[in-house]
Amino acid sequence: MTHSSFAFRLCEGPLHGPGFAHQIEGDDAGCVVEFRGTVRGKAGDREVLRLEYDAYPEMVEAELRRIVEEVRSQHAILRVAIEHSSGTVPVGGCSVRVWIASAHRAAAFAAAAMLMDELKQRVPIWKKEVYADGGVWLGRGS
Amino acid sequence: MRVLLFAGLAEAVGRASVELQEPTPDTVAELLSVLAEAYPQASWQGVRIAVDQAYAEPAARLDSSMEIAAIPPVSGG
Repeated sequence: MTHSSFAFRLCEGPLHGPGFAHQIEGDDAGCVVEFRGTVRGKAGDREVLRLEYDAYPEMVEAELRRIVEEVRSQHAILRVAIEHSSGTVPVGGCSVRVWIASAHRAAAFAAAAMLMDELKQRVPIWKKEVYADGGVWLGRGS
Repeated sequence: MRVLLFAGLAEAVGRASVELQEPTPDTVAELLSVLAEAYPQASWQGVRIAVDQAYAEPAARLDSSMEIAAIPPVSGG
């Protein structure tokens, strides 16, 4: 990844392995903040068996690029990389990973929080919680 | 005019896109009311329209050459 760059991929199933962890590093960075979202086994008092994701892949990437530009306008960050799952992710599995490199940690922590808040409000990805007796598509920010 | 559907909308309508016949709606707001009338089995509450992969305002104008998608409330992450 080059300076000021952005990387994204949508991956089938749970996220494993190093992902973008190595590409995000660089001599210009003083830190890398990594966020991982994982699948909870409970929704209120209901037992969740797994999540099933649907996505509009072309717009996911376009909307993430717009969000990253907004984040950059507010926080001094160097590089951003994002992975998100599509398809089925079991309980305990990882469904989203974000890496943010910056010269100083405060910017990367704040940028990671802003990016995840915006992602959950705007990016066209949907999760269905599947229970023993059916499933429910969740709505904005769930 | 083709409209892409996702998640609960696609499930309720029974397919991943619908084709609207002429005369097609001129604006995003009109499109939403046409869709809600044609497919009352789906929940249109909170649905936004994307045009060429970006959210569009209710007054935005539409034509059939555009990539049009109905985006139900999202839940990524």
